[in-house]
Amino acid sequence: MAHFLEVEGLQKYFPIGKNLLGRPKQVVKAVEQVSFAAERGKTLGIVGESGCGKSTTARLLMDLISPDAGRITLDGETYGKGRDRKPIRELRKRMQMVFQDSYASLNARLTIEESIAFGPKIHGVSESAARAKARDLLDRVGLAPDNFIRRYPHELSGGQRQRVNIARALAIDPEIVILDEAVSALDKSVQAQVLNLLADLKADYGLTYLFISHDLNVVQYVSDTVIVMYLGQVVESGPAHSLYANPAHPYTAALLSALPALHPEDRKTHAPLEGDPPNPISPPSGCRFHPRCPYAEAVCGEKMPPLTDLGAGRHVACHMRIEGSGYSEPRPLAAPTATPTTP
Amino acid sequence: MQNVKSPSPTPPKSADGGKLATQSRGYWATVWRSLRRDPLSIVCATVLVGLVLIAVFAPLLAPHSPAESTMVNRLLPIGSAGYILGTDELGRDMLTRLMYGGRMSLVMGILPVVIAFVIGTSLGLMAGFFGGWVNTVVMRTTDVFFAFPAVLLAIAISGALGPGLGNSMLALTLVFIPPIARVAESVTTRVRMLDFVDAARASGAHSVTIIRIHVVNNVMGTVFIYATSLVSVCMILAAGLSFLGLGVKPPTPEWGLMLNTLRQSIYVQPWVSVLPGLMIFITSLCFNLLSDGLRGAMDLKR
Repeated sequence: MAHFLEVEGLQKYFPIGKNLLGRPKQVVKAVEQVSFAAERGKTLGIVGESGCGKSTTARLLMDLISPDAGRITLDGETYGKGRDRKPIRELRKRMQMVFQDSYASLNARLTIEESIAFGPKIHGVSESAARAKARDLLDRVGLAPDNFIRRYPHELSGGQRQRVNIARALAIDPEIVILDEAVSALDKSVQAQVLNLLADLKADYGLTYLFISHDLNVVQYVSDTVIVMYLGQVVESGPAHSLYANPAHPYTAALLSALPALHPEDRKTHAPLEGDPPNPISPPSGCRFHPRCPYAEAVCGEKMPPLTDLGAGRHVACHMRIEGSGYSEPRPLAAPTATPTTP
Repeated sequence: MQNVKSPSPTPPKSADGGKLATQSRGYWATVWRSLRRDPLSIVCATVLVGLVLIAVFAPLLAPHSPAESTMVNRLLPIGSAGYILGTDELGRDMLTRLMYGGRMSLVMGILPVVIAFVIGTSLGLMAGFFGGWVNTVVMRTTDVFFAFPAVLLAIAISGALGPGLGNSMLALTLVFIPPIARVAESVTTRVRMLDFVDAARASGAHSVTIIRIHVVNNVMGTVFIYATSLVSVCMILAAGLSFLGLGVKPPTPEWGLMLNTLRQSIYVQPWVSVLPGLMIFITSLCFNLLSDGLRGAMDLKR
């Protein structure tokens, strides 16, 4: 079955420092062999702690950072490097992005109307049509056009600005919208409003979302499928409900058990995961999670576990789940204590 | 000079939600409103406009001819009959010569900065936006100019090209391109990192369009403020070049040159001798204070 969006082997190493010959001294393996798929009209959530490569993945998809390798298939069209593929740049007509910082992502010297109309105008839409589109979109994101078209970003609140950013992203009629921590900077009540708005827009325009966040609750609330990233790699993916209810990877289990409990008696007394993520400049050998993994065995430090199909749409990269990997006896993961709630 | 689009000409619709719409105004209107409330800036701007008007209309306003000299009336003190501000070492009316001198001094102070502003900002924008080897080439070249003190550089270029008005203006322009380019480069580098540039790029715009619509108007303000503060430096440098005989030639009235020739009479008529210097001082002070006021007014978030 062909997926609507399919990303395969996306990779980006950032060189750090160069020696006299112009060769990089070290590289940060920011995104390594990331593959995932998303279905039309659905939401794919991407979670992970900061520095795990979530945002880099988003920027690679938009070609804001040029990927070292990778292939993106959207609706049968293949984008990527190579002669028979379209350049990733062309995905920009079909994919748009909303950034976390609502203030920095709007030009302070342009009115709201000018900011939204910018995209259509560079795609050849006439000035008046672009302005009409801006008015229409403002209305759709819940901002009265007459009140807002001539305002400047600093005159708006964070939630209003993020609505403008959403309108701006929709202005060139994308099929996919990447929401890179789009609601993370908003307070909870505004967050809920914006999430509802996003759900409405998705239904109205038939959009597909890539929802990137560190907030597990929000991701569970909005996503159909979820992928979990750790140090630039996908460690687990699957349908949101089954992944949250029954995590297969020890890292996912640890993340979920780190969710604050709602009931006082369920409060945890110690951190589920010790230490910080290792430095991506020199990631650990084998499974990148093994130094922090309570279930690690010798094989985990030797071989990198491939992302393996568990059936029912679930994939995991863990030796414990792979037959014949050399792992002794799979142990049950500590079940997440708190049932995650909707925001 | 500023590349900011004026808001759409349609008036705000007051019928529904006019309360919000009327509060919104263009960027420059906001700056002007804030500047208007700053008395110091208004005084400085008035003085500068006055000086420019006096310089432009000098032939109509001046009581004498700038070249008319009477050796009998040499070095009259301030307040002499017929010569309110006295006379210089050749018996020419000081008031007249100060008025005419303003023409040359203001042109030499402003024009090089304006040209350097255009060239320097373009270089800085390019270097800052494209980064990489473009940045290296442009910025390392400007660094070469930074190796010399501004005065020395102006004198060296002016001296090498030979004395003359055009050459000294050229020298001053070259002196001011590197600092303006450097400021423009650093602001551009900062702006380029902001998400709205990425958002514009993500919507499929080309670099030139992004620079034109999204970068220029965010860089221009800071560079503009910096350039206005350079006008005073430029006037002083221009006066210095004239003082050394590299700029304007006598008998053309120019403040720096007048200061030079009156220097020998400082023990005879100290107050008259000091007048051209006082004019340079007032003008450059006003430019500096005005640029300071602009800096405050252009800060949107205040």
